Amino acid sequence: MIALLTRDLRLAMRAGGGFGLGLAFFLIVVVLVPFGVGPQGALLARIAAGVLWLGALLACLLSLDRIFALDWEDGSLDLLATAPLPMEATVSVKALAHWLTTGLPLVLAAPGFALLLNLPGAGYGPLILSLLLGTPALSVIGTFGAALTVGLKRGGLLLSLLVLPLYVPTLIFGAEMARRGVDGLDYSTPLLMLAGITCGTIALLPFASAAVLKVNLR
Amino acid sequence: MLLRLSDLAIARGGMRVLERVNLELGPGQARVLRGPNGIGKTTLLRTVAGLQPPLAGHVEAAPESLVYAGHADGIKATLSVAENLRFWAQVFGKTDISDALDAFELGPLSGRMAGLLSAGQKRRLGLARLLVTGRPVWLLDEPTVSLDRDAVAMFARAVGAHLAGGGAALLATHIELGLEGAEPLELAPFKAAPADLDDFDEAFL
Repeated sequence: MIALLTRDLRLAMRAGGGFGLGLAFFLIVVVLVPFGVGPQGALLARIAAGVLWLGALLACLLSLDRIFALDWEDGSLDLLATAPLPMEATVSVKALAHWLTTGLPLVLAAPGFALLLNLPGAGYGPLILSLLLGTPALSVIGTFGAALTVGLKRGGLLLSLLVLPLYVPTLIFGAEMARRGVDGLDYSTPLLMLAGITCGTIALLPFASAAVLKVNLR
Repeated sequence: MLLRLSDLAIARGGMRVLERVNLELGPGQARVLRGPNGIGKTTLLRTVAGLQPPLAGHVEAAPESLVYAGHADGIKATLSVAENLRFWAQVFGKTDISDALDAFELGPLSGRMAGLLSAGQKRRLGLARLLVTGRPVWLLDEPTVSLDRDAVAMFARAVGAHLAGGGAALLATHIELGLEGAEPLELAPFKAAPADLDDFDEAFL
C-alpha cells in the first residue's frame, strides 16, 4: 500500500502529473471573483467563505478523472486488480494520494487566498478547519465517481455531472461553518455534520468504488 | 497441481465464446493457447486471472499464485525502469529486482525514463515484472509482441527457467518458443455453440 502511495505521489510530482494544477486553478478563480463583483471590500468579505469553498470544490474536480484513467489506459489497473492488494485498499490509497496532492495543498493555500478575498480575521480558523475536514470527503466521493466512469471516452464530463451533486452536502455544511465563523457565531453544528459526512464517506465509499471498478474491468 | 480449469464457460461482451474448457497445469508445465483471432484467448486468460467471472465452471488455483500480463504492460512513462520494477516488486512483497533486470538485459537501461524506451524494450520491462512477482503461475497474453528475435530467445529462456523452477505458464502466442514441457491447446473445439433463441433478449440487457 505504501508502495502504491509513494508511486502515485511520485507520478503526481513528475512532469505531466498535474500536481499544482488544482492549486493554480483555485488561485485563478479566487483572483477572478473580485474582478467580477467589483472592488467592494464589504461585499467580498461577505461572499469570501462561499467563493473559497466553491473554488476548492471545482479545483478538486479538475484532477479527478486522472485517478484511474491513466492507470486504466496503460494497463496498470488490470495488473493492480490481480495484485495481492485488495481492491478496497487500492481505491483508498488512490483517494488518499489524490487528497495529498490536491486537497491538502488547497487547505494550506487557503489562508493566502482568503486574504485576496478580504475574509474577516475571525473567519480564518473556521475556514481552514472546514476545508481540512471537508476536502477528504471530496477526494473519496470523487474516487467513487472516477471508478464509475473509468474506461469511458469523454468520461471527464460525465464524471463532473455525477460527482457535483454528491458534493452538495459537503459544500453546504463546509461553507456554512466558514460563514458562521466569519459572523462570530457558534459553528459546532455544521462542524459535526461535516466531520460526520467525511467519516461516513471514508468508511463506506471505498467498498462501493472497489465493486464498481471490478465491474468496469470486465 | 497449480491450476485446474473444470468445465469453464466464458463470455465476452455478453456473448458466450468458449465452453467446457478443461485444463490442468502442474509444476514445470506450460500450455500454449492456439486459435484464430476472436476465439477467446484473451477472455480465457482474463477469466483465469480473476478479472471477470466465468459463466459456468471453476478456476481452481492456490490463492495468490497467479500473475497476469496482458496486452498493455502497465508501465509509467515518467518513472524510470528501475522505479517501475521496484514498485511492482513491493506490491508483491519483494524487494530484489536485479535478477529481473539481468534476465531481460535491462541493467544498462535501469536509470532511464520508461517513456523513452522503444516498444520492444517496454515489452521486456513488462515481462521482467513477472520475475519480480515470485508467483508460480504465469498467464501471458501475446507476450512476444514487438520483441525482436534475441528478445524472444531471452523470453523463452526466462519461461524455461521459470518452468524448471517448478512454475507453470499459460500463454497465448503464435510464435514457436521451443519450450520443454509446453503443449499446444487448440481452442477451436471448445467454441461455444450459437446461443438459443430463448437467450435472445440477453444480448440487449
